[in-house]
Amino acid sequence: MAKQRVKFTFPQDLITIPVIYELGKQYNIVTNIRRADVTEDRGWVVLEMEGELEEIERGLAWVAAQGVRVDPVQGDIVEG
Amino acid sequence: MSPRASSSFATALRCRECHREFPLEPIYVCDFCFGPLEVAYDYEAMRKSVTRESIERGPLSVWRYADLLPCDRERAVDIQAGFTPLIKAQRLGEELGLRHLYLKNDCANPTWSFKDRVVTVAATKAREFGFDTLACASTGNLANSVSAHAARAGMEAIVFIPSDLEAAKIVGSSIYGPTLVAVDGSYDDVNRLCSELAGKYPWAFVNVNMRPYYAEGSKTLGYEVAEQLGWRAPDHCIAPMASGSLYVKIWKGLQELAKLWLIDSVHTKMSGAQASGCSPIVTAWRSETPDIRPVRPNTIAKSLAIGNPADGYYALGVLGESGGHGVAVDDDEIVEGIQLLARTEGIFAETAGGVVISGLKRLAESGKVGRDEVVVAFITGAGLKTQEAVVDALAPPLHIQPTIASFEEAHGERRKIESARAAP
Repeated sequence: MAKQRVKFTFPQDLITIPVIYELGKQYNIVTNIRRADVTEDRGWVVLEMEGELEEIERGLAWVAAQGVRVDPVQGDIVEG
Repeated sequence: MSPRASSSFATALRCRECHREFPLEPIYVCDFCFGPLEVAYDYEAMRKSVTRESIERGPLSVWRYADLLPCDRERAVDIQAGFTPLIKAQRLGEELGLRHLYLKNDCANPTWSFKDRVVTVAATKAREFGFDTLACASTGNLANSVSAHAARAGMEAIVFIPSDLEAAKIVGSSIYGPTLVAVDGSYDDVNRLCSELAGKYPWAFVNVNMRPYYAEGSKTLGYEVAEQLGWRAPDHCIAPMASGSLYVKIWKGLQELAKLWLIDSVHTKMSGAQASGCSPIVTAWRSETPDIRPVRPNTIAKSLAIGNPADGYYALGVLGESGGHGVAVDDDEIVEGIQLLARTEGIFAETAGGVVISGLKRLAESGKVGRDEVVVAFITGAGLKTQEAVVDALAPPLHIQPTIASFEEAHGERRKIESARAAP
């Protein structure tokens, strides 16, 4: 089993969509939210995902395809 | 990896969100809330040991401030980073209408950028922890510095770069003998891969698992400026913002000196500059929201092209707390800023320097920087690394025959053109 820590940033039109619920339902992944800030027009969630690595990667690809931005929790790693 | 005893005053890593404390280990996020970790110090003990005189007796490098850093001076991986010149900018000041303008010239670092300050600390800490490999992902300055410090320390270096990076930018790293890995894929793909690699391999990834220590190196910019001004904080600073870490740590450095009674209280306004093509921090500041919305960078200022800045939230805090201003400038202004700095002060800065100088020009023109303030502009990297940004804006050489007549004809023509351009 693998664990991965990520940050989801939601655009306004996805705020009301239960993306994290669907992620856990469609893929064999346990999600564990640690910090979040969601208002009516924007939102971000920092969470840990646990599951098989391939399943996590498939799940993240699905989340990104919904229009949610997926980033490492520590922000951009590539620097100038 | 087992941490060894260190002579520093660092006591713990502390979560910047929930304030839980963790041992000084190669970790970077809080296990509880996944907030970023920062080094905490015993300032009471530090105050009894550190004086202006003890610092002034130290080497002419960042290591004169070793007591304020989280590692052991005796085992420093040292290529003489820091203690770069602070220059009174008379001619540039006259152009901008500023009477007391200073330039902190970090082009003078061993690999020609401020990154040497952070990497010397990260490399030293990595060696203390027993790592044998330094790693990073970079398009330029960070890669150069990691490669050089690894060479100095006798460590392996693994540097990830985007596969479309120009050859000229690779040479500044490859000369030191790292393993360079060119990654196919988007910027986001490289970020994601490096995040996963950092969790899988026992490397000291300087801005991932070494990040709490690495970031502390930038405090030395604040220390140096205060010392070079005669142990006082400037009235106004303007620094570039990429991840926001450098900007935040300059402020932290000044605050620490005040906490240690080495300077009076800090009244400095901290202004931060970004390129318009990648300005998530300035955009949030203007919108008066604490939320940094990630962007896809599109600017010639590659060294500032961080679309999802790790310290953006904290940079917003410093902007608010200090009363500074956020400013974003477009690519044409960046080139003009580089040229203005070069022709008035003889300093050839990379694009980040152009962002700072053009940002300062805007703030001065709008009265947001006062004519009589003591102002420090941070020039964080040298222009030879980003020549492509300015080459099209420069006058070509005069081509002449080897005769005086040919020279005088060509020179006269050029002067006529210049006079016509300068005419109102």
